[in-house]
Amino acid sequence: MSIFVDESTRVVVQGLTGGQGRFHGLRNRDYGTKIVAGVTPGKGGQDVDGIPVYDTVAAAVEATGANASFVSVPPRGAAAAILEAASAGIPFVVCITEGIPAHDEARVYNTLVDTFPGTRLLGPNCPGIISPGKCNIGITAGEIALPGGPVGIVSRSGTLTYQALYELKQLGIGVTTCVGIGGDPVPGTNFVDCLAAFEADPDTRAIAMFGEIGGSEEEKAAAFIASSVTKPVVAYIAGVTAPPGKKMGHAGAIISGSKGTAQAKMSALAEAGVHVVNNPTEAGIKMAEIVKEL
Amino acid sequence: MDLFEYQGKQYFARFGIPVSAGGVADTVDEAVARAEAAGYPVVVKAQVQVGGRGKAGGIKLAADADEVRRHAGNILGMDIKGHVVHRLWVEHASDIAKEYYASFTLDRAAKKYLAMVSAKGGVDIEAVAEEDPEAIARMHIDPSVGFTAADAAGLVESAGLDPEAREGAVDILQKLYRCYVEGDADLTEINPLILTPAGAVHALDAKVTLDDNAAFRHPEWDDFRDIDELDERERLAKSKGLQYVGLDGFVGIIANGAGLAMSTCDVVNQVGGKPANFLDIGGGANAEVMANALEVINSDANVRAIFINIFGGITRGEEVANGIVQALSRVSIGAPMVIRLDGTNAEEGRAILKAVESDKVISSPTMLDAARTAVSLAGGAA
Repeated sequence: MSIFVDESTRVVVQGLTGGQGRFHGLRNRDYGTKIVAGVTPGKGGQDVDGIPVYDTVAAAVEATGANASFVSVPPRGAAAAILEAASAGIPFVVCITEGIPAHDEARVYNTLVDTFPGTRLLGPNCPGIISPGKCNIGITAGEIALPGGPVGIVSRSGTLTYQALYELKQLGIGVTTCVGIGGDPVPGTNFVDCLAAFEADPDTRAIAMFGEIGGSEEEKAAAFIASSVTKPVVAYIAGVTAPPGKKMGHAGAIISGSKGTAQAKMSALAEAGVHVVNNPTEAGIKMAEIVKEL
Repeated sequence: MDLFEYQGKQYFARFGIPVSAGGVADTVDEAVARAEAAGYPVVVKAQVQVGGRGKAGGIKLAADADEVRRHAGNILGMDIKGHVVHRLWVEHASDIAKEYYASFTLDRAAKKYLAMVSAKGGVDIEAVAEEDPEAIARMHIDPSVGFTAADAAGLVESAGLDPEAREGAVDILQKLYRCYVEGDADLTEINPLILTPAGAVHALDAKVTLDDNAAFRHPEWDDFRDIDELDERERLAKSKGLQYVGLDGFVGIIANGAGLAMSTCDVVNQVGGKPANFLDIGGGANAEVMANALEVINSDANVRAIFINIFGGITRGEEVANGIVQALSRVSIGAPMVIRLDGTNAEEGRAILKAVESDKVISSPTMLDAARTAVSLAGGAA
């Protein structure tokens, strides 16, 4: 099994006619993902390499039965695109857009919670999600992931997510689902959501978690792991050498005062019984040891 | 983007938040002119983005033109914790009866806005939060609902502001919220918010951090661009639109994605090197971006080896490789470079790199090996 997406997931790509949307939408389809529709206002009736394009998400859902959306829309239109997907009843929305204004993000998150509780948002500013061999939504290069399990991956950083998949593949370890939650301050889906889903998934028997400096999501994850996760967890936190007060690329990756340091997060996770490692390669090696014992 | 105090006050004024009459001065003569216009006594304030200006002698009261001359002359050019003062803010000195605190920011844990008001202003609010947390009234605001006059009144009351200040504070809080939301700020903070003996409430300081992601809908922010605060490398990087943070080591780092860039710094550190910088070329970086990144790294005299760590997702391997080739033909790169390329179209990228490989341009398949090679080329641990 897998979490959030699998072979039954039918995807509409919002922004399919744009450069990025087309490139990654078609790559996702080549991977085997059921990309059933595209949406670009004003371009309804056209197609992108055989994929029908609609003016609205609602029209795409009605015509194709899409039950997931891939939002590849520039920052100024992304918030509206996410809410359009939610109001069309899409239960799972993946938004890869980088650079959405923080207030738009906060409004979208709270509007989903208040008005569209049936919609889960992954991202924004995330690489997406891949259940290897079944479904790949987003920008992950599918060939770097080995299907099958037993490992579930959740990561705040896109490139570290790829690194994680790759390290595991080198060691012959398969993955049930790999979720990139993104590095922005208000992620739609957080570590705890993914840890809970992996805990409930019988095929996921170990979890790899990739965090970074800033915020308190890793500390919350540590508390959740201590209380509610029975499966072994390996964690890596990036940013040990980052100076405080400087924004390290991700809006979220900033240390303020003594809060949010890599050290504080690593300690909290270690106390929760997590195997904390020092770099992505060690994460792969540690995971291989754990998988052997399962 | 962090605004200087004078910029923050200009931004506040756009939203109708009362601030003291004053003006900006870059010279002693200008300072006197601003003081004459504001009316004596005045306060002469160093414009630097660092705390503790007052203690460092960067804020002085002046009763007449001679005193303005003396203080302005001393403060201009002063070094405050590594920040050289190029600009002053000169404003009419206020009589202060009470000092309060007010701010809006995002509470990431709650995923809602957080308003904070305190009757204990004028001091380090983080110290108040540590020692006397009850002294700060807090309210979470649902961004999809908003902040009403009744919310503001409730906050002001629970913070225990003096009765004569309440009406003015409620008004300012609503304006400060508008400045925060419509002004696309990550933080709007007034410390101190003062009550004058005459019963007026106004902002004596202004701390505003703007959300760079919202710049596309704020053409007026162009006036605020001031890159004097950055070091030379950071200035060059910023002019080229790169996410760069200068560090003090000797291995130049280029990576795609903030997480991988941070991890690359960490790994270089673990194998005995020291990163000279953090540089994230971002998602979807093309040849031009890579060439720019190499130019910035090349401008850093401390760099003895360069480690390029690219894992392609949205970034395509052949674009990165083309960028490296382009940069090599455009600038003479002094330090040897180690390139680790993987992910989307990595094979195409590696094929392109074959043509330029030499003892100074080395391809390495894994992150740890590449880090070790880069550190050893840089002469190992310093």
